[in-house]
Amino acid sequence: MMTISHSNPQSADSRTGSQAEQPIILLDKVNKWYGDFHVLKNVDLAVRKGERIVICGPSGSGKSTLIRCVNRLEEHQGGTILVDGVELNDNTKNIGHIRREVGMCFQHFNLFPHMTILENLIFAPIWVRKMPRAEAVETAMHYLNRVNIAEQAHKYPGQLSGGQQQRVAIARSLCMAPKIMLFDEPTSALDPEMIKEVLDVMAELAEEGMTMLCVTHEMGFAKSVADRVIFMDGGEIVEQNTPTEFFDNPQVDRTQAFLSQILHN
Amino acid sequence: MTIIFQPSPDQPAPPTQRGVIKWLRDHFFSSVKNTILTFLGVGIILAIIPPLLDWFVLNATFVGNADECRAAGGACWSFVQAQFRLFMIGSYPQELAWRPIAAGLLLLALFIATARQLMPGKVAVVFWLLLPLPIYWLVGGGFGLESVDTSKWGGLLLTLVLSVVGILVSVPLGILLALGRRSNIKLIKGLCIALIETVRGVPLVTILFMASIMLPLFLPSGMEIGILYRVQIGIILFSSAYIAEVVRGGLQGVESGQSEAAASLGLHPWVTMLFIILPQALTKVLPPLIGRCIALLKDTSLVIVVGLLDFLGISKAASQDPEWLGFDAEAFVFCALIYWILCFGLSRYGNSLEKRGYAAYR
Ligand SMILES: Nc1ncnc2c1ncn2[C@@H]1O[C@H](COP(=O)(O)OP(=O)(O)OP(=O)(O)O)[C@@H](O)[C@H]1O
Ligand SMILES: [Mg+2]
Repeated sequence: MMTISHSNPQSADSRTGSQAEQPIILLDKVNKWYGDFHVLKNVDLAVRKGERIVICGPSGSGKSTLIRCVNRLEEHQGGTILVDGVELNDNTKNIGHIRREVGMCFQHFNLFPHMTILENLIFAPIWVRKMPRAEAVETAMHYLNRVNIAEQAHKYPGQLSGGQQQRVAIARSLCMAPKIMLFDEPTSALDPEMIKEVLDVMAELAEEGMTMLCVTHEMGFAKSVADRVIFMDGGEIVEQNTPTEFFDNPQVDRTQAFLSQILHN
Repeated sequence: MTIIFQPSPDQPAPPTQRGVIKWLRDHFFSSVKNTILTFLGVGIILAIIPPLLDWFVLNATFVGNADECRAAGGACWSFVQAQFRLFMIGSYPQELAWRPIAAGLLLLALFIATARQLMPGKVAVVFWLLLPLPIYWLVGGGFGLESVDTSKWGGLLLTLVLSVVGILVSVPLGILLALGRRSNIKLIKGLCIALIETVRGVPLVTILFMASIMLPLFLPSGMEIGILYRVQIGIILFSSAYIAEVVRGGLQGVESGQSEAAASLGLHPWVTMLFIILPQALTKVLPPLIGRCIALLKDTSLVIVVGLLDFLGISKAASQDPEWLGFDAEAFVFCALIYWILCFGLSRYGNSLEKRGYAAYR
């Protein structure tokens, strides 16, 4: 069913994770329902520090729901989720702690339209991390430079292209110095010409050792950046493997069908 | 070999598609029906203008007493001049008139300071929230100032006090009610819904009657609130219920992605509401919000039913002066003109607010 590549130590999956280190994200038998609809079924997932994971699967398979459970934008009803050693439950302190350590980028960027780019970036560090304003501005300019957008700092989000907005959104998350970054289809609302500039920023982030959980259908990105690709369908993890194995040698018929569909389009 | 792509230059539109002639044709003569309507409209305007001009200007009396006015046959503007003080402050003591003027200047100063951003936003909000207190203190007296009984307040002064204080209090109260209506705490939510729906189900006149007749019955004996204050409370309640519904619409119009992004950054829900959601919601509903403020200003004229002489009431009273009997038309024209200036000013101000800030970039 599942093959484990021993050639690449980075890609060892949770069950071989005996190598001392605790996983930074641990999902154990996670279940979730929307009313009567069972969205997540017994999802087990362990992510080690610095691991880059791509999640793919057909529409409605529960990919967004899964990563939104990791920072409690959605509540799970069964199983346990541990992030950075802290359990996610009704305890608002725990939720606060985890949200400070986990950044997230959305399909539609969700920048605050009434604030300039710079204000977007310094708002959370000032209010959540209690950072002095000058320091927050310095940090913000540092990350804006990194995503090549510093000259737009005093514009409003509505004046930027989609690709620029998504890069700002990534910088906004990075200003909180997160340990983990979640991406929910960060490029699927973008024109083809702008996809690359966003993927490049993400690849750079991956290179620096950020722990990343990306829902995306950019298979090129998955192949070159991911340590592990996870395929979901019907609220379950159907198959997971290293990108090479996953694309060249899928084990489950459902995965094969999905891959032949997206690769032939 | 590569072919180099050369974008073609833009060409001007053909002459028949430009300029005054096209504009005239599009707007007035685009079809036979439209042409007929154009001539009809011009005819009506030509029929109305001359008699109006006669009454307003040509036969009007600008200086002179009532008899000279009656002789001239046109409008009697000297009447408005003679009764000007009555129009403005009613029977408020003239030697204390500087106090309402000072209150107005205070309002103006705060307005300018806010528009010019002479102080941080938070400070400005606090000042605006507190402004009703100095207004009532300056106009009404007490705490070191000679007090003026509220029964003496009248005219434009009364209209402005009721509506300015009404707006200043009912906007924040309406926002609180809208937030309460979304609260997770059932008791708060229930109370807010009950208040909003009760008030919205009752005409303002009824609320004013209740404020004047029924409110004293509920108050503990010995405690007495002047009729003016009761009416002010009634107006505030009425207006804030409507504003709450306007604001609620705005809150619903802010995408859920905004609060999700804020939550994912670790922001507290209250911080998110105050600085992320509410500013966007209020920007979205600025036009209906300004509309509610204009409605409030005009609705204050209903206080006449409980015996208060506001600007409209005083206009009626002014032409009952034995010396100036019979100049109702002038009184009401003047009254309408002032109301129109105030409402139009508010509406233009709302427009300019809409065009400013981030809204321009959406
Ligand atoms: N708030 C909700 N209430 C009820 N059902 C929901 C809700 N959110 C999502 N669902 C349903 O849950 C299922 C999984 O949704 P989810 O958004 O996680 O899918 P996805 O894999 O991210 O799909 P997509 O590729 O379209 O984004 C879908 O069938 C969706 O209709
Ligand atoms: Mg999704």
